[in-house]
Amino acid sequence: MAKKLMKGCEAIGEAAIQAGCRLFFGYPITPQNEIPEYMAARLPQVGGTFVQAESELAASNMIYGASAAGCRCLTSSSSPGISLMQEAISYMVGSELPAVIVNIMRAGPGLGGILPSQADYRQAVKGGGHGDYRVLVLCPSSVQEAADLVIDAFDLADRYRNPVLVLGDGLIGQMMEPVEFKPRPPVALPPKDWAANGCKGRKPNIINSLYLVPEVCEQVNHRIAARYQVWEEKETRHSGHNLDSKYDLLLVANGSVARVCQTAIDDLKASGVEVGLFRPISLYPFPIKALREAAARAKNVLVVELNMGQMRDDVDSFLQGRVPVHFYGRQGGMMAAPEEVIEQARAILAGRSN
Amino acid sequence: MQTVFARPESLATVSTHYCPGCTHGIIHRLVGEILDELGVRERTVGIAPVGCAVLAYNYFNCDMIESSHGRATAVATGVKRARPDLCVFTYQGDGDLASIGMGETIHVANRGEKITVIFVNNAIYGMTGGQMAPTTLPGQVATTCPLGREVETAGWPIRMAELLASLRTPAYITRVAVHTPLHVAKAKQVVRKAFQHQLAGRCFSLIEFLSTCPTNWGMTPLEATRWLEANMIPYYPLGEYKTPE
Ligand SMILES: Cc1ncc(C[n+]2csc(CCOP(=O)(O)OP(=O)(O)O)c2C)c(N)n1
Ligand code: SF4
Repeated sequence: MAKKLMKGCEAIGEAAIQAGCRLFFGYPITPQNEIPEYMAARLPQVGGTFVQAESELAASNMIYGASAAGCRCLTSSSSPGISLMQEAISYMVGSELPAVIVNIMRAGPGLGGILPSQADYRQAVKGGGHGDYRVLVLCPSSVQEAADLVIDAFDLADRYRNPVLVLGDGLIGQMMEPVEFKPRPPVALPPKDWAANGCKGRKPNIINSLYLVPEVCEQVNHRIAARYQVWEEKETRHSGHNLDSKYDLLLVANGSVARVCQTAIDDLKASGVEVGLFRPISLYPFPIKALREAAARAKNVLVVELNMGQMRDDVDSFLQGRVPVHFYGRQGGMMAAPEEVIEQARAILAGRSN
Repeated sequence: MQTVFARPESLATVSTHYCPGCTHGIIHRLVGEILDELGVRERTVGIAPVGCAVLAYNYFNCDMIESSHGRATAVATGVKRARPDLCVFTYQGDGDLASIGMGETIHVANRGEKITVIFVNNAIYGMTGGQMAPTTLPGQVATTCPLGREVETAGWPIRMAELLASLRTPAYITRVAVHTPLHVAKAKQVVRKAFQHQLAGRCFSLIEFLSTCPTNWGMTPLEATRWLEANMIPYYPLGEYKTPE
């Protein structure tokens, strides 16, 4: 397929179709309405089904059902709606069901605003709902990457029988960029012999997260947590910019703000100042080892985010005091400009920042 | 020797946790018998609620999914839309269906999902120990209305069959009781019809069962049966509320 100019939200929808997803359940919320709208138009063309649910509570429990029946399915929302989906996400982890959920983040707390934000970082990477669990979190910084990660998300969800969250900020959802859907080699995945889809020729399957015997419930917690260990070994992803230079300062940023940092780095480089960028793509599991390697070559680290420093806290703990960690953030839907990042970088390099 | 009574294949060979005199067991049996008689056990998926029937996933001998509190019909929608060839039913109490899951209930009926809802109205929250339900009768004592339900502050009990029958979307909606052998026999015919409507792809179906909770009503099973007859049936009249024709 040739390159096509697409909005991030539309590319996410098309990527799900390309991944074999034929079911979408969702509820409208800005800035991601183009995902349900794209799916409402596109799914019938490929024999799929689109359902506009009465709420995000219902939409997320519908994907719980469709996934329990063994089918690939998608839901998407933005921050306030994702809060309502936490119930079903926790149940899906507890019942060991695959699912792909897209959060195109907007500003909060409360109703917040409809402009881009990364304020749900902590909710995404620490679990989000009740109970002791994690979801795999993938964070794109371009429309092409959003499409690629959505396709990967379906495979990862099926492989690990765990929900995967694609976490984009509003800018990723709304901007237009060229996208290409290249044919992919088929991936070998375990059969869904656990699905509740009729017990012909076998014993009934039960999809459940209730374990009243504490010893058993504890074992289930351990079994689920064991997969996070595997993720940390096998599923971390990251990228970078200007990392082969001799930099004193390392920026750490994800999503659209990483693009801003890249521009700032190129401008600085033009004036003879070398700064590196480390961009985690998997926010959970976080590429800790790669971060430490990149940070080991810097005298300072600056985390740039569209929130109050949620990833900064993680970076700080991952680096264990080896390098001073600084923070610059914008909130409420404000985007950090390259000039602001340059100013912060220069201040740190000149020893003027705390 | 001729077999005159046997456990339906659609019920698992286990004993249930239901209290003596509780009609949950009868309702399970009716569903099991009909799944057998319609020959659909092997293509049926049941959705268990949160409530006294939470362990129903162990009692039905077909594929089962445990739902979160109130969301059984959203889960059922997901299953049915993914696999329209399957026979899908939910089994829900009044707290589950008429309180926390009210939004899901109205919308699943309004979308006309081709599923069957087994709704067990026992006028109380059984599992959590006898709190007031949206169906608790005026003056009825529960642990969160120790002086009896006051309609001035708690509102009147919700008549779900009537409420859902008011929707424009075609549906099969009936209220039955299972406190006497005659009522059980009649209810079985209703369960059959409800599943037949689903299997024919005709409409959404819901059966409201008036059910006893001797434990939380603080009665013997016999007293509970009499109380249901004297108090519940007058407020919740039995009968067909909506048919697709
Ligand atoms: C989100 C959530 N809220 C509350 C509960 C606690 N809870 C469990 S069962 C139940 C009420 C069940 O009553 P009903 O649906 O009438 O079923 P019954 O037990 O009477 O059969 C409640 C409130 C829960 N499990 N989850
Ligand atoms: S508490 Fe009530 S509804 Fe629950 S099993 Fe006992 S009698 Fe039945």
